[in-house]
Amino acid sequence: MMLEIKNVHKRFEALEVLKGIDLNVNKGDVVAILGPSGSGKTTFLRCLNFLERADQGEMVFDGERFDLHAASRADVARIRKKTAFVFQNYNLFLNKTVLQNVTLGLTVAGKMKKDQANEIAVEALRRVGMADKLNNYPAQLSGGQQQRVAIARGLVSNPEIIYFDEPTSALDPELIGEVLAVMRQLAEEGMTMLVVTHEMDFARHVSNKVLFMADGNVVESGPSQEFFEHPQQERSREFIKSILEARK
Amino acid sequence: MNERLWNILVDSFPKLLRYGVEVTIPLTILSFLLALVIAVIVALIQYANVKVLRQICRFYIWIIRGTPLLVQLYLVFYGLPSVGVVIDAFPAAVLVLGFNEAAYMAETMRGALESVSRGQMEAGYCVGMNYVQIMMHVVLPQAFRTAFPALGNSMIAMLKETSMAATITVMEMFRQAQVINGRVYESLALYGEVALIYLLFCTILSWVQRFGEKRLATYGGNRS
Repeated sequence: MMLEIKNVHKRFEALEVLKGIDLNVNKGDVVAILGPSGSGKTTFLRCLNFLERADQGEMVFDGERFDLHAASRADVARIRKKTAFVFQNYNLFLNKTVLQNVTLGLTVAGKMKKDQANEIAVEALRRVGMADKLNNYPAQLSGGQQQRVAIARGLVSNPEIIYFDEPTSALDPELIGEVLAVMRQLAEEGMTMLVVTHEMDFARHVSNKVLFMADGNVVESGPSQEFFEHPQQERSREFIKSILEARK
Repeated sequence: MNERLWNILVDSFPKLLRYGVEVTIPLTILSFLLALVIAVIVALIQYANVKVLRQICRFYIWIIRGTPLLVQLYLVFYGLPSVGVVIDAFPAAVLVLGFNEAAYMAETMRGALESVSRGQMEAGYCVGMNYVQIMMHVVLPQAFRTAFPALGNSMIAMLKETSMAATITVMEMFRQAQVINGRVYESLALYGEVALIYLLFCTILSWVQRFGEKRLATYGGNRS
């Protein structure tokens, strides 16, 4: 087991957003985190990278135990080093070119030499099909291109796991495909991924596990195929049905 | 125009210009640099929401914005000596002008900092950078670009406000006009002349401002 997450709780003032979430992730797993809006999916993912502080919870990462509430600054830095995070709104550095966006973490945080960082960055940008836009600024790119650059920015630190927070939700429909293609390719290469998504095709065909959440609880979790073909819970059945109907 | 008046204007012009270049402009630049440093610090404290210090910054802005510059100059130059703090006229003017304009510029900077999306900060953390690194490489460069036009306006305002230093005996351009006028009694001509020189300085500054704006990176956006 690469990543074990136990009993994550989070509350925003009176609103209890997470009521004890558990999740186990093996190396190479692609976990789709599904659920209706407001179910706490994004908050859960953000807690794993300390973008939100959980009120309670435990993480075992590569056999090392961390307290999601009380982790020290050094622990947070260690966990972030092993992970990458892809945001719904890309969050590229707007004052940096494509190449600089990808190298900044390496050169500034990692103290890597510029030449070496550039080499690694160009390679990562090639993987996501953005190596021809090295000197463009984010404002000159489409949403899909920005998101692919954001994925490359995550890849260069050699993360053990990549968290995706609704990576295609801000995109125009015709741009979703190019981002999903990159994610599918990463999955095929064996990258471990946690993906909060509304893309059912991706959840069904690319991910191998599903975590279905509602109202801050895990309703059902298990292999994707089983979840889609034989959902155990009434809530899951309704959700799948509503998604299928919305498509018609 | 009679010949006497013309001669007065011609004689006084180089003198006024000299004080403009040698005193007014250095006073403006020094005060502006001081203001910029204070403004950035005050804005950063508020942006980072540092307890206590944040309250002190709000208090400072409240006091400065709520009292006239002229009164502040008098307090520092004529008032402080009675509690043993004696500051020469020129440094006193730099201090007061700097701290005064900084209160306004701090608000400009704070707004500019807040206009940089917080998501970029989160992205910075996720690629391993710390707060200071993110501020230096990502947030501050964008904030300065946003604040640039407003900071230029502050500098132009400050250039004109240096004339108030005349009231605390700083021998700058306007004070020099007063001195010359004391001899020749041609208020309209001399104050008109000094006004024109201020106008000239401000015009040059606004050219510089516009030029700078064009030259500054727009990060591929459409601001031109």
